[in-house]
Amino acid sequence: MNEGYRYLEDIAIADLAFEVQAKNLENLFKLAGKAVSNAMVLDLNSIKKEITKDILIESEDLEILLYNFLEEIIYYKDTEGLVFSDFDVSIETNGKKKLKAKAYGEKLDYKRHETLVDVKAVTMHLFELKQKNGFWYARIVLDV
Amino acid sequence: MLPKIQRVSEVVWEIPKGYRNDMRVPVRIYATEKLLKNMDEMVFSQALNVSTLPGILKYSYVMPDGHSGYGFPIGGVAAMDAETGVISPGGIGFDINCGMRMVLTNLTINDVRPKLKELVEMLFQRVPAGVGATGFLKLKHSEFIEVLQAGAKWCVEKGYGWEEDLEKTEEKGCIAGADPSKISQKAVNRGIDQIGTLGSGNHYLEIQWVKPENIVDSEIAKKLGIFENQIVIMFHCGSRGFGHQVATDYLQVFLNVMERKYGIKILDRELACAPFNSKEGQDYFAAMKCGINMSFANRQVILHRIREVFSKIFNSDPEKLGLHQVYDVAHNTAKLEEHIVEGQRKKVLVHRKGATRSFGPGSQDIPDIYKELGQPVIIGGSMETGSYLLLGTRQAMLETFGTTCHGSGRTMSRTKARQLVRGEQLIKDMERRGIIVRSVSYSGVAEEFGGAYKSIDEVVEAVSIAELSKKVVRLIPIGNIKG
Repeated sequence: MNEGYRYLEDIAIADLAFEVQAKNLENLFKLAGKAVSNAMVLDLNSIKKEITKDILIESEDLEILLYNFLEEIIYYKDTEGLVFSDFDVSIETNGKKKLKAKAYGEKLDYKRHETLVDVKAVTMHLFELKQKNGFWYARIVLDV
Repeated sequence: MLPKIQRVSEVVWEIPKGYRNDMRVPVRIYATEKLLKNMDEMVFSQALNVSTLPGILKYSYVMPDGHSGYGFPIGGVAAMDAETGVISPGGIGFDINCGMRMVLTNLTINDVRPKLKELVEMLFQRVPAGVGATGFLKLKHSEFIEVLQAGAKWCVEKGYGWEEDLEKTEEKGCIAGADPSKISQKAVNRGIDQIGTLGSGNHYLEIQWVKPENIVDSEIAKKLGIFENQIVIMFHCGSRGFGHQVATDYLQVFLNVMERKYGIKILDRELACAPFNSKEGQDYFAAMKCGINMSFANRQVILHRIREVFSKIFNSDPEKLGLHQVYDVAHNTAKLEEHIVEGQRKKVLVHRKGATRSFGPGSQDIPDIYKELGQPVIIGGSMETGSYLLLGTRQAMLETFGTTCHGSGRTMSRTKARQLVRGEQLIKDMERRGIIVRSVSYSGVAEEFGGAYKSIDEVVEAVSIAELSKKVVRLIPIGNIKG
């Protein structure tokens, strides 16, 4: 895998695990966001970019920054019925970690979106975020 | 399989205390040999981690439907000393008070079969399911706070149910001590529109048939209102986004204090915990109870909608149709209970994660009408195979803090299931076999095909041999609504 995400077969059978790899942190967060959206909607291309949500998160810890970013996607699904197909992400890592992101998507529409499974939460189970072979790599298990 | 597992009896297995130096109690697994062999190895390492938690009493238990979860295994049970023990969100699960409710009818298969498609379709319209589903109740913030405090009782007071439903719900549908001041605004925002919704994944609403040959104990079945060829209803859901957010919020609170403030080693971040008698522990306990009440309210409103639908389709009152609730059981909770430990009556905090109470005859905390029989235990299987109604036993009180299994347990990942089965085809095949399925998602149906689960019969056989529960009737699905 170069840059991208894939769902994992052999871990967390009752839930949904995925791994994501990217050249830089910004892309890793963006792809992880897409993986969470793609767990709920089969075809991300079916989601129009009609609504933009700004996401701002701060944390001392880079892992928590990723965890909380993905939680925001679930929060918007439950509170405003929104699903996202793309993200622009910028991250400051000097001192306190700061994330600024734009999430692009629309209201979920069962007629146009083939839904998969409702994601309940991001878990810390087997959670990993690290640099590996010149890439940023993360493994995340979603509770579904 | 781990080499150190010792056989205690036909369906009881043990990893002794010395297997790892940090174990405080042994691990006990309830399973047939076949189920044990098929358990994934992480179940054992997770049960071992649970056995190290401060205040754990007797054993770290795994039920026969056990599979790996996060922190605790699913099917994991741990009773903590209320004075010296910890509370862990990982021992409860993100879906607080996920549970099962079962409802009778006085209709037979011959009454329902001709109207089944219409019935399933209307239930699908009236009980929202799937990703991001919202319910018909539009509550003000203050009303939602009342729901968190009063649970199903709030619903019955507003006309969404009958007084007798509360009698036949764990905690009478309203657990005391729920404190909304311990809840984040985010949790409220996520849950406020979700009362009366199923969710997705393995959550469902099912119409089931009591085939005469599947009644195991006809005398008890009769006492519970079950008769040959009867149609009953069963559904499975929890506290939706509200409970998920409560768990997420407190996981982070506990991770911040667990090692630093309380000196408890973090073996797995999902096993985050705090002393039950600490501020953080008590705050979470009070917040978790809001999740319990939200879930009771959710299932109560769904029952109300089911009664409306049956009433409309069969053109009769729900009372005349005999739509009486059998019971409502929680299978993701921690509850403060009294049990006999080493001959002494003791207050213990029983974590049940994918495990059901199985309180035996004469137990406190079960409705008077079930005092003689024991508590009804509702076990949901996959949408293709079947489910069970069992009863709690005295043996469960002695052995497992009054606990048994909760369902069949997955054996295959969702992605793999989707590769093997096409949802559209499965729906057609099931219709040919007499089961009508309605879902918002073909892929969701494929993920839940029967082959992705353990055999429910094998799971129930294990708890039956161990006498953790007593079989009453096996139920066959004929209609299924899912997310």
